[in-house]
Amino acid sequence: MIAHLLSAADLDRETATLVLDTATEMATVAGREVKKLPTLRGRTVVNLFYEDSTRTRTSFEVAAKRLSADVINFSAKGSSVSKGESLKDTALTLQAMGADAVVIRHSASGAAHRLAHWVDGSVVNAGDGTHEHPTQALLDAYTMRSRLGKLDGVRVAIVGDVLHSRVARSNVTLLATLGAEVTLVSPPTLLPVGVDSWPAAVSYDLDAVLPDTDAVMMLRVQRERMNDSFFPSAREYARRYGLDGARMRALPDHAIVMHPGPMNRGMEIAPEVADSARSTIVEQVANGVSVRMAVLYLLLGGKS
Amino acid sequence: MTAYVVRGARVVGGEPTDLLIRDGVVEAVGPDADVAGATRVDADGLVALPGLVDLHTHLREPGREDAETVESGSRAAALGGYTAVCAMANTDPVADTAGVVEQVYRLGQAAGLVDVQPIGAVTVGLAGERMAELGAMADSAARVRIFSDDGHCVADPRMMRRALEYVKAFDGVVAQHAEEPRLTVGAQMHEGEWSARLGLTGWPAVAEEAIIARDALLAGHVGARLHICHVSTAGSVEILRWAKSKGFRVTAEVTPHHLLLTDELAAGYDPVFKVNPPLRTDEDVAALRAALAEGVIDVVATDHAPHTTEDKECEWPYARPGMLGLQTALPVVLDTMLEPGLLDWDTVAERMSRRPARIAGLTDHGHDPAPGAPANLTLVDPAARITVDPADLASPSRNTPYAGRTLPGRIVATFLRGEATVLDGKAQK
Amino acid sequence: MTAPPADLPEGRPDQGAADQANSPAEAQPAQPRPILNASDLARITARIAHQILEKTRGAEHTVLLGIPTRGVPLAHRLADRIAAFEGVDVPVGILDVTLYRDDLRLRGTRALGPTDLPADGIDGKRVILTDDVLFSGRTVRAALDALNDLGRPSQVQLAVLVDRGHRQLPIRADYVGKNLPTSLAESVRVLLREVDGDDAVLLADREVR
Repeated sequence: MIAHLLSAADLDRETATLVLDTATEMATVAGREVKKLPTLRGRTVVNLFYEDSTRTRTSFEVAAKRLSADVINFSAKGSSVSKGESLKDTALTLQAMGADAVVIRHSASGAAHRLAHWVDGSVVNAGDGTHEHPTQALLDAYTMRSRLGKLDGVRVAIVGDVLHSRVARSNVTLLATLGAEVTLVSPPTLLPVGVDSWPAAVSYDLDAVLPDTDAVMMLRVQRERMNDSFFPSAREYARRYGLDGARMRALPDHAIVMHPGPMNRGMEIAPEVADSARSTIVEQVANGVSVRMAVLYLLLGGKS
Repeated sequence: MTAYVVRGARVVGGEPTDLLIRDGVVEAVGPDADVAGATRVDADGLVALPGLVDLHTHLREPGREDAETVESGSRAAALGGYTAVCAMANTDPVADTAGVVEQVYRLGQAAGLVDVQPIGAVTVGLAGERMAELGAMADSAARVRIFSDDGHCVADPRMMRRALEYVKAFDGVVAQHAEEPRLTVGAQMHEGEWSARLGLTGWPAVAEEAIIARDALLAGHVGARLHICHVSTAGSVEILRWAKSKGFRVTAEVTPHHLLLTDELAAGYDPVFKVNPPLRTDEDVAALRAALAEGVIDVVATDHAPHTTEDKECEWPYARPGMLGLQTALPVVLDTMLEPGLLDWDTVAERMSRRPARIAGLTDHGHDPAPGAPANLTLVDPAARITVDPADLASPSRNTPYAGRTLPGRIVATFLRGEATVLDGKAQK
Repeated sequence: MTAPPADLPEGRPDQGAADQANSPAEAQPAQPRPILNASDLARITARIAHQILEKTRGAEHTVLLGIPTRGVPLAHRLADRIAAFEGVDVPVGILDVTLYRDDLRLRGTRALGPTDLPADGIDGKRVILTDDVLFSGRTVRAALDALNDLGRPSQVQLAVLVDRGHRQLPIRADYVGKNLPTSLAESVRVLLREVDGDDAVLLADREVR
């Protein structure tokens, strides 16, 4: 197993499959009366969150607690972090406290990589800037595999602000590793220069892509992008790249609709779609706990 | 003053000979070059070059003496074979008045390790809005001839035009940091495959090339001298070639790091590789080397940019851009240019000493060791290999991108006006 | 960060015998000697099935839970025999104990096996845990902890193919195929057709590492 989970690229096909298989077993714990395993008793997991993300932090916290790890939430507010302490000094502090794993969310791309140089424990990237969010990609892959039965050859459309999306970056890498076929659908302004080197197709036309899609993943679009001329208006964005009821009906019958949350209802996704039976949005949250349990177990469960 | 006899040096790569250095000049060259009581310097196998001249050095004083001082930077320069450096204006306070440039000039004289030639800011506070008192700086004791807002681009075309025109009055030159700021908002690294993968905001090549094209046209239009700092892209090379073919008075520099390093080094997010302009691609490196060989790029300049550990041991986007360069410049040039045969010793001397001295108007520098020439020279052992250890560098900063790398060429001795600033690889003060 | 393994030297029976056969990191037996062959195994399985029927008075309200890997086919074989002898269908399930082991930190992370309980669950049932080799007892201890989190059986029994001794915990089996006195320097290897393509029990000297 790997020492850290910093990027989806850390996972080869065998390891990624092991994470998903382990998550399948972890998921059974959620259905039990006693939702707790003794596996990580005596281990300490620190949630180091420099950005507010209650849902991701909670998901990691539940996962760690279900495995009996001690959880310390070290958030930017009300700690030395907000007093300007450097990431390195914070890392050394956590190190001294005996953190076995640090789950980090940070607004700077690469922060998790840097942290991994400064702590002995495992580092889990819970989102770094516009770089990666590998556990999100794992839970998305898990959701697709459980809904569609497989990942190999599955056609996935990732729609929206690819340029600024860590979810897209991790998903493209992981899905390619697992044999899925990814198409990025986005206005050209929201695709990175250099995207042609990614293992994904690119389209500017959502309507052309939907009929040949098994899973469509809608990315959150920040409204502030509007003021930076990435697109003219929320209305035009929704019209060209939003998933409404009519577009959903263009999907094959078995296709699913995903969203990493939080959603802008009416912008990238219509309420009718978000609440439909095809939507896996709530399921993704539950799967997030199972996948994060699997990651923590695989990083911390053995000899370190 | 001590006299030195340098024995067996290959002057600019020629046949071994002896040099007598006395009273600030090279007094004699040849087998008879000797005098009683002179200090012998064994230069068997060493190459004597005119003292190197750097058009682009950040000495950080005044303002960031924790990163570098005029004295520590001067020592680094001497150890790198330099006898003159041009100190960039982006200090705190900014070198935008006669007072500040004279302060830097005097600090350089007091250190006495290299000639420190201050560069003056083009605009007040580097803000791009009001022209600084360029004439006052030119007339000051520092005799400023190069003006630059380096770190910032003189982005306003009208301001750039006026500055180019104005400095003609005292044969000045504007050294432009070519970066269209609206195209590099939040930029962290070269825009391309790696920035896409690493999720770091891209710094597109066109942001440099657009400014170079604009300013070359402006310089041609007003008949002024323009110098382009740290050229980093293949496209810039094409524009420079065209501008020169039109007869525009444009010169350009390339840094050692842009001759050797590429953008994929950002993959580990270690900000020691963060620099502005950013490291580019293999194709750019190849084009820059070819342009330097051809003379489309005139000189190598270090863009020596010391930063404290706190400014570098942090998240990439929060880190300050820049790299140490003075003590590794010649080894990198030997590695990337001389050893592959793109330059010979004569053209190394041209690109690193004679031509930058002429651009900066430093008449005492850039002269091959010959009878009567000012004794500004350096001795390098081209057969030696150095392994870069950040802790060994003279700067209080440690931000060298070459840590652990082995490079050819050891600077054995440097002489400034006949005084040894470096002997046996060690600074003499 | 982990407990130093120094207090558990290599070769101590701290991992359960089944793992020794599974892990390539473990020393392979040198020139293994056959202890039981396929017909021995068939006879032993039949005898344990009879003993279960006898001791449980017809195997009512009974569930067989196999501990992966080789405990699972063994449980199925016992259920088959019981069905053949008395026509009683004993539900078979799988109980993976990896997440309950006390030796996780001594080795690299292990992949999980499935846990699959019979549809009617285990509450109020007699659970017979089934494994191939009983050694230190730590695997069974983990299985008891796992059962505790999964439900409340009325009774828990243990069936093993081989008891090789060297217990580290106060645990004994209710049904034993063969008592096999061994030294700690030896390793016991159970082969089952469903997993290994062959039925046999082998004894070998461990290679000195």
